[in-house]
Amino acid sequence: MDGFPILSVMLAVPLVAAVLCLFLDANGARWTALGATLVNLALGIGLWLSYEVGGPQWQFTERADLFAGFSYALGIDGIALMLIVLSVFLMPACILASWDSIQKRVGEYMAAFLIMELLMIGVFAAQDMLLFYIFFEAGLIPMYLIIGIWGGDNRIYASYKFFLYTLLGSVLMLIAMLWMINEAGTTDIPTLMQYDFPPAAQTWLWLAFFASFAVKMPMWPVHTWLPDAHVQAPTAGSVILAGVLLKMGGYGFIRFSLPMFPEASAQFVWLILGLSMVAVVVTSLIALVQHDMKKLIAYSSVAHMAIVTAGLFAFNVQGLEGAMIMMLSHGLVSGALFLCVGIIYDQLHTREIDRYGGLSINMPKYAIFFLLFTMASIGLPGTSGFVAEFLSLAGIYEVSSLATFVLTTGIILGAGYMLYLYRRVAFGEQKNADAAAMRDLNLREWFMLGPIAAAVLWMGVYPESFLAPMRADIAALDARLARAAPEGDAKLVAGEPLTAAANAMPDGEHGEGHGDDHGDDNSEGPE
Amino acid sequence: MLQNSILLIVFLPLLAAIIGGLGNKALGNTPVKLLTTGALFVSCALSWPIFIGFLTDSMTADVVPVLQWVQSGDLSFDWELRVDALTAIMLVVITSVSALVHLYSWGYMEEDPDQPRFFAYLSLFTFAMLMLVTADNLVQMFFGWEGVGLASYLLIGFWFKKPSANKAAIKAFVVNRVGDLGFMLGIFGTFLVFGTTSIPEILEAAPAMSGSTIGFLGYRLHTMDILCILLFIGAMGKSAQLGLHTWLPDAMEGPTPVSALIHAATMVTAGVFMVCRLSPMFETAPVALGMVTFIGAATCIFAATVGTTQWDIKRVIAYSTCSQLGYMFFAAGVGAYGVAIFHLFTHAFFKALLFLGAGSVIHSMHHEQDMRYYGGLRTKIPVTFWAMMFGTLAITGVGVYHLGAGFAGFWSKDAILEVAFARGTDLGMFAFWMGVTAALLTSFYSWRLMFLTFWGKPRWIESEHIQHTVHKTPEEVGEDTTGGYKPHESPIVMLIPLVLLSVGAIAAGQVFAPSFLDDAGFWAGSIFYNEALIHAMHAVPYWVKYSAFVVMLLGLLGAWMAYIKDTSIPGKFVEQFRYVHQFVSNKWYFDELYDAIFVKPAFWIGRKLWIIGDQGIIDRFGPNGAAWVVEKGAIAAKKVQSGYLYSYALIMLLGLVAAITWILM
Repeated sequence: MDGFPILSVMLAVPLVAAVLCLFLDANGARWTALGATLVNLALGIGLWLSYEVGGPQWQFTERADLFAGFSYALGIDGIALMLIVLSVFLMPACILASWDSIQKRVGEYMAAFLIMELLMIGVFAAQDMLLFYIFFEAGLIPMYLIIGIWGGDNRIYASYKFFLYTLLGSVLMLIAMLWMINEAGTTDIPTLMQYDFPPAAQTWLWLAFFASFAVKMPMWPVHTWLPDAHVQAPTAGSVILAGVLLKMGGYGFIRFSLPMFPEASAQFVWLILGLSMVAVVVTSLIALVQHDMKKLIAYSSVAHMAIVTAGLFAFNVQGLEGAMIMMLSHGLVSGALFLCVGIIYDQLHTREIDRYGGLSINMPKYAIFFLLFTMASIGLPGTSGFVAEFLSLAGIYEVSSLATFVLTTGIILGAGYMLYLYRRVAFGEQKNADAAAMRDLNLREWFMLGPIAAAVLWMGVYPESFLAPMRADIAALDARLARAAPEGDAKLVAGEPLTAAANAMPDGEHGEGHGDDHGDDNSEGPE
Repeated sequence: MLQNSILLIVFLPLLAAIIGGLGNKALGNTPVKLLTTGALFVSCALSWPIFIGFLTDSMTADVVPVLQWVQSGDLSFDWELRVDALTAIMLVVITSVSALVHLYSWGYMEEDPDQPRFFAYLSLFTFAMLMLVTADNLVQMFFGWEGVGLASYLLIGFWFKKPSANKAAIKAFVVNRVGDLGFMLGIFGTFLVFGTTSIPEILEAAPAMSGSTIGFLGYRLHTMDILCILLFIGAMGKSAQLGLHTWLPDAMEGPTPVSALIHAATMVTAGVFMVCRLSPMFETAPVALGMVTFIGAATCIFAATVGTTQWDIKRVIAYSTCSQLGYMFFAAGVGAYGVAIFHLFTHAFFKALLFLGAGSVIHSMHHEQDMRYYGGLRTKIPVTFWAMMFGTLAITGVGVYHLGAGFAGFWSKDAILEVAFARGTDLGMFAFWMGVTAALLTSFYSWRLMFLTFWGKPRWIESEHIQHTVHKTPEEVGEDTTGGYKPHESPIVMLIPLVLLSVGAIAAGQVFAPSFLDDAGFWAGSIFYNEALIHAMHAVPYWVKYSAFVVMLLGLLGAWMAYIKDTSIPGKFVEQFRYVHQFVSNKWYFDELYDAIFVKPAFWIGRKLWIIGDQGIIDRFGPNGAAWVVEKGAIAAKKVQSGYLYSYALIMLLGLVAAITWILM
């Protein structure tokens, strides 16, 4: 696809469709949105297929200088590629999930989602720091509208909490960006990734970016906007929020904090590991006591994202790749879990776990999908969640066995809260008549969940498809970080090896005792 | 040939599980049952030639690659199937018991409305277990490990309407995950030290690392000891060893064929398999081996004591399984890995037999599981009786050393006791005495089970299940304690497995002892084979060789006295030793203890962290506090929603303008 501005086209398609949606009736808007997201999905797959593994670091680059050093520059590496593919993959499912459940102001709703898609792709494709900033911050506006207009009863509180949290971080990040542009004299991200800022300045810059990314991730203790936002958002809003928006924080760390400020990153390793450890334990315990399905999954997201941050700051290939796979896996799995919640919410209009029960009986197909995503969420081998957890934790182990130990307790607690959720929803007696009367999956819902299920298994059994495009980029990042990589706590010290096996018998002792020495009686039998 | 057959052996059950599970009711009961059972019989038929090939030394170990899995930096592992002597043994154990359990379930589950799901789960389990035993790297072993955990979870909770079944299923999964925490840390540590997860490479490099030390959680420890201990914690979870055993008795909530296949013959032995698979590595870790021996011996005696006090027929056998696994572990701990695997092998046959026999009893007694309501069933269900009899003779280790003849358990259990004695260390002696005492208790509880079930007067009418069937209360029937109930022998599909497993329980020890115990060539390096120890084992004094025989007789005598001769003895005993009995019959209060120190606090802390932490502190001083400040600052917030939006956009815009201006300047 030489010369074909595929990234710009992927931005243009949702933009045009969004404008169209504003002028169409409800059904027209739905079909337009679905069509546009499917076109973008096709383009995304084309992008993936034509991405040259082992080729140049930045591919599909486009550049148009605008004014004052600010340029419209797009281009992706393998990391951005996978996140773009994730975004376009989830979008059609979001449109389908909103098909019946959104009845008011459908055109505006679809337009908001399409603009959202544009901005998400933009964030991952931007090669100009200011362009990135615009996409990064503007992405909040459609989400803010989606929660504030189409959300639940307490949507105002949720949307303003969402806004307040994000505001502070972005202002600090903007100031840091301006300082960097002034210092390095460029807004070009690839150039900045190679630029060595003075270590003293790195500390402040790192903290400013951290303020923004930590909220986006979200890391403990700035996570409390997430449960409220999820609970109030419509299903599709939750899917995009969990599936893609949370990944922007991780993407920020891997694109800015780590390569641009390696020394500062090393300096703050224990801040990140500490917060991640607290997050896994605290949010998992909180998830255990939730009565609201969406809140439970939201808290589990915080725990999973903590594995991402810890993996990123392991300063090695396994940690970085594990974190990336965790972002992709969590995007799929938590997205799918929110879709699962949405399917039953649409029928019963409640997220109270206790209002359900015994769904395996009347919704067996739904129960299978829900089980698969539950298992993927708790990292069962064979699903994407395992590859993600395993690689991240293996990477972190090289830095700290303590951090790994604490983070790995997440596999126990995760199994606890997810299976407890599954049991209350899908197992047990059908104690609520209205829940027992719900229908099983329809065709539309099959199309929402089926592809995600396939992707989850694919990533679990053959993750190479997803790892291969990122390999060179992660290796490059790893090489750049090498100079600052913290020392692990293992410190293997060689010693004098044992001369004999632990259970070696002292020579000539096997004849002792009073038994007959030929002693082969026990072996009588057919020889 | 080996290549194709191992692929079929492993993947046929998966295929059957997928088709059967997804086809489910659309396919119908019989097609799914035929498909899954057929797949298992084919797997079984293909497994035996491999096993015989290794027995006759006509086959050599091989690794069949399947698919690349993960490649991340210098960490890489693939899907591949390893076949060697150890795997071959596991293959026949798994596929034989699984095939028979599939067949048995045709009868046992006949009235269940959800049969396709049940059979699909059984086949899925078999696939995961086969992946576990064919693993050539630790991560694939972990895949199988968790896969069998999933199948176990699904099958324990198969009757998902029952709250107790759901609770048991979650408990099994979560307790296993505690072990898995150790297993995962063990894998990470192994990768850190050896730079690989490939089992052969680790085993080769392990001796050179035996003197090294490593930092772990702030301590400096011997590398190999800490790695092996972490991996062994995983084994403790899966094999229900003391401390992580609490899930196994509760797992009896699952249908009985499941108990036979998963919670007796195969899955729970995965921990033993792991230790033996990694035996050259464990031999570089004396402390870890000491722990294996100690935990094994302690579990062996602990579970045996509890087994003597249970009334539920399945729980007795469950504790017995736990106890027998303890034997296997201390055999491995003293370095007799072949002996441990031999006991695993014979145990699979007689324990599956005991469970399926118990299932047949339960089937005939209308789902009653309490032995207090059995009695006098000997003549009513003769085939089941004889099957249980052979199982009991096997587990209690009936056999005479000087005749060179005995049931399966005689060969393997006696070998374990002898080898523990022959090892000669303090821990070995501890294990020996624990093992002998446990053998006494094993004989007691096994015969207690037999006597309560098959001898004495029928006590059936006291069972609610029976009352429901015959529509009578105990008062109405008067003298006739059968209540007019007619126990029926199980259908032929259930009896065939009983007969075949009986053959195993009778002969498996006698036939295979020479290869398993004395033939280093048979193992061909697939485990650490300690020739000197085996010689020492054969040379132990006669009193050691006969100790198991003597305690077996004592246990039989005790059970006969208490449950046939004078049935008032148990009651008097309980009265005399009330506190001891209470302690033992409440399973040493492990469940209560864990509930008090883990489960309840987790929920309590979770609630506090949520209400006080998130809402009371973070929100209060964070966003809500900010909002309060904003309101007090009298900033117009009438149209909150759009107001914020505009201001937000405005700030962004202003910021950008500022930025551009700055650069322009």
